[in-house]
Amino acid sequence: MSTTRTQRKQRSLWFEAWRRLKKNKLAMAGLLFLALLVVIAISTIIIDIATNKSYYNDHVIKQNLRLRLQGPSKDHIFGLDEFGRDIFLRMLWAVRYSLFMGTIAIAMSTIVGGILGAIAGFYGKRTDNIIMRFMDILLAIPSMLLATAIVAALGTSLTNVLMAIAISYIPTFARTVRASVLTIKDQEFIEAARALGASDLRIIGKYILPNSLAPLIVQASLGVAGAILSIAGLSFLGLGIQPPTPEWGSMLSNARSYIRDGWHITVIPGLGIMLTILALNVLGDGLRDALDPRLKN
Amino acid sequence: MWKYILKRLLMMIPVLLGVTFIVFFILAMTPGDPAAIILGDQASAEALELKRIELGLNDPLLIRYFNYLLNMIRGDLGTSYKNQISVAAQVIDKFPNTAILAVAGILVALLIGIPIGILSAKKQYTALDNTSMVLSLVGVSMPNFWLGLLLSLLFALKLGWLPSQGMGEEFIPLLKSLVLPAITLGTGAAATVVRMTRSSLLEVIRQDYISTARAKGLPEKIVTKKHMLKNALIPIVTAVGLQFGQLLGGAMLTETVFSWPGLGRLMVDSIASKDIPMVLGAVIFMAVMFSFVNLVVDIVYAFIDPRIKSQYRKAGFTKKEVRA
Repeated sequence: MSTTRTQRKQRSLWFEAWRRLKKNKLAMAGLLFLALLVVIAISTIIIDIATNKSYYNDHVIKQNLRLRLQGPSKDHIFGLDEFGRDIFLRMLWAVRYSLFMGTIAIAMSTIVGGILGAIAGFYGKRTDNIIMRFMDILLAIPSMLLATAIVAALGTSLTNVLMAIAISYIPTFARTVRASVLTIKDQEFIEAARALGASDLRIIGKYILPNSLAPLIVQASLGVAGAILSIAGLSFLGLGIQPPTPEWGSMLSNARSYIRDGWHITVIPGLGIMLTILALNVLGDGLRDALDPRLKN
Repeated sequence: MWKYILKRLLMMIPVLLGVTFIVFFILAMTPGDPAAIILGDQASAEALELKRIELGLNDPLLIRYFNYLLNMIRGDLGTSYKNQISVAAQVIDKFPNTAILAVAGILVALLIGIPIGILSAKKQYTALDNTSMVLSLVGVSMPNFWLGLLLSLLFALKLGWLPSQGMGEEFIPLLKSLVLPAITLGTGAAATVVRMTRSSLLEVIRQDYISTARAKGLPEKIVTKKHMLKNALIPIVTAVGLQFGQLLGGAMLTETVFSWPGLGRLMVDSIASKDIPMVLGAVIFMAVMFSFVNLVVDIVYAFIDPRIKSQYRKAGFTKKEVRA
């Protein structure tokens, strides 16, 4: 009986948060935009699978030097790039890298950072000290520098970029989770669980983590924004996703050499990055207000 | 006060050891034989082996780290694989350029961020507040290298007002070449400072002592400066300190966009040519700089917030009393 009660209570908490979030027009616009991006990313993947990448090869990466740097027109609404490729299509095909890589990287650091933070906060004392001092050291290296060093050492593959970004975000999540564990762990329901003979693992997994989920979600949505910026930045430096694969940051990196020849190759990819980050930021702010109304000023 | 600074300095030592170890360890994982990079493909096996011994590459990782640390204390960061120049000399040569850029970026952030943040908080929910909130959201969301490209597109290529590449030698050309990179680097930080200043002031603005100050007839200027801003300053200073780390990372991108001859570009170029000692030296140097900035921020706290200072003063007195 006690489990059904907690479940009902939990559901109503999330329901309340969702109700509050729905009232925030800006956050909903951000959510809508992100949903659109997910649809685009999935559709392009489906097209790739259905046409066995022939559409991708013929339209997204095939060069057509005769038409290079042509401005926006009826046939190509965003114009053509320095190799005569349609920028609109390249923008669409690039969505998956930014969106999914950013999400996967943050998911990895949320899991690792979350577990480390939960252990540090729950066990305290020496465990806490060792883990958190290590996190302090990671935090002392600016995240972009750390990511660059990792990619420089391991080489520029998709997995290495993911790893680099994920590692540089671990301390943020460890700190967030540790802080909320510290506020929860001395409450009575934890004591009750322990009195009933629940193991540490069960207490952490079943009672502590679900209760520290709200700050984690907020931090994660803002983290994805940061991760997408970092991926684009690494690609801009030539350390991320390699050509001819379309990626917003590397499109800008190429545009840099042709900046005199057409404004559209510089303006459009950046606009894509900015709108995505903006959507994630307003959603993150909205989630924070919805999940913890006390924080709103 | 000195005790506080000393304690902070001592606390930095383990962090710096950890930072150097992590960066050293990551870059030691780089595949490829440094001896082959230096001597080229034609070198004989014996020559390669000799070079490896000379560089100490056959030693265990911990010994190599220890040697690196010892040399670092003496100011020796090794020699570049590419052209046999001393890494330390190269890093010290490029550092002032990055420092100029970073300081200019922080100035942009403070000069734009704090006044707009104050105005926004004092006129909460007006058109001015809403505009500045939207603009700061856009500023936070904008990739700085894109902003840099847009600025050079407009001000250098279209209007021809400012240079978009390189760094001027004399004072006036230097200032001119600094404008676009500094704005590029500072805008993101400025947007963060606006948001931080606004929310931190909003917390102070409804306190009773503000009403008291107004009620006793103090001019609004003094209420803002002495009563509001001084109490709201700690979160703002923290935000600025953290932004400095972002700025060092962002400097790599900004310097690449504007061909600014700083540490960031040195790093990017060295990565391209697999010049690991140079990358190592540059990253460690920047991480140490970042730690020092955090130290300065901690010390600034003590100046802003008398409570922090008095903690240490009291501790000092009690010790003396015990001894007496």
